[in-house]
Amino acid sequence: MNSEENDKEIKELLKRAIAPAKHTELRRDLWPQMLRKLEEQPTAIGAVPWFDWALAAILGAVLVLFPSSIPALLYHL
Amino acid sequence: MELLERFAAGDLEAFEALFRQHQKEVYAWIVRIVRDTGIAEDLTVETFWRIHKYRARFDPAGNFRAWTRRIATNAAFDHLRKARRETELPEDLAGPGAADPAVRRETREQIKQAFLHLPAKYRLVATLALIEEEPYNEIAEAVGISAGLVKMRVYRAVRILRKQLSSLGVEVGAR
Repeated sequence: MNSEENDKEIKELLKRAIAPAKHTELRRDLWPQMLRKLEEQPTAIGAVPWFDWALAAILGAVLVLFPSSIPALLYHL
Repeated sequence: MELLERFAAGDLEAFEALFRQHQKEVYAWIVRIVRDTGIAEDLTVETFWRIHKYRARFDPAGNFRAWTRRIATNAAFDHLRKARRETELPEDLAGPGAADPAVRRETREQIKQAFLHLPAKYRLVATLALIEEEPYNEIAEAVGISAGLVKMRVYRAVRILRKQLSSLGVEVGAR
């Protein structure tokens, strides 16, 4: 049997071994759970990830240590 | 102001309305990928949490359903990546006796195990394309890649499965 036939056979085996999901309807309203999560982990737009602060700190340090890089930075902005 | 505009502006009532409109569809999509009802519920909430978090990035003139499906697929993918090798494929979702009895139980288990060990990006597209038989273009839109790349990933997933089954001693073609 060549590899192409093997591949077809595997696809068929997979379909027979793992049937498609039939019971996919949601059984309860998830809004209360959603509200709890929003209370526990607010999604404030102003929240800045830590790596953004780290980048800003590195940039600030570079500008302080190498003031001559300021015109280059302004040129690239 | 329209519902989507109010949502993007941070109106919680608008978000609730969208949540109630779309939660069933999001859940149905996720449960077909992760194949576990409890995990799918948690991931549905996680999806909407991300939707709420990134609401300012959403263009109210855009397609909310497509945006939601993309975020849901990402959430399901993140789960598959973390849970790889740790979970079992539950039987109850397909209903009793849904798998073909002509395929021996042992072979079925070996196929399931091989499938669970696929890298998450291949398992995601293989589940949707080969098991759920979703069209390639729909998968492409949900994953955020081209239909050609979906096809390629399905092809690679089948190749990996073939190798794994072969190493497990499953003779393909000799059910």
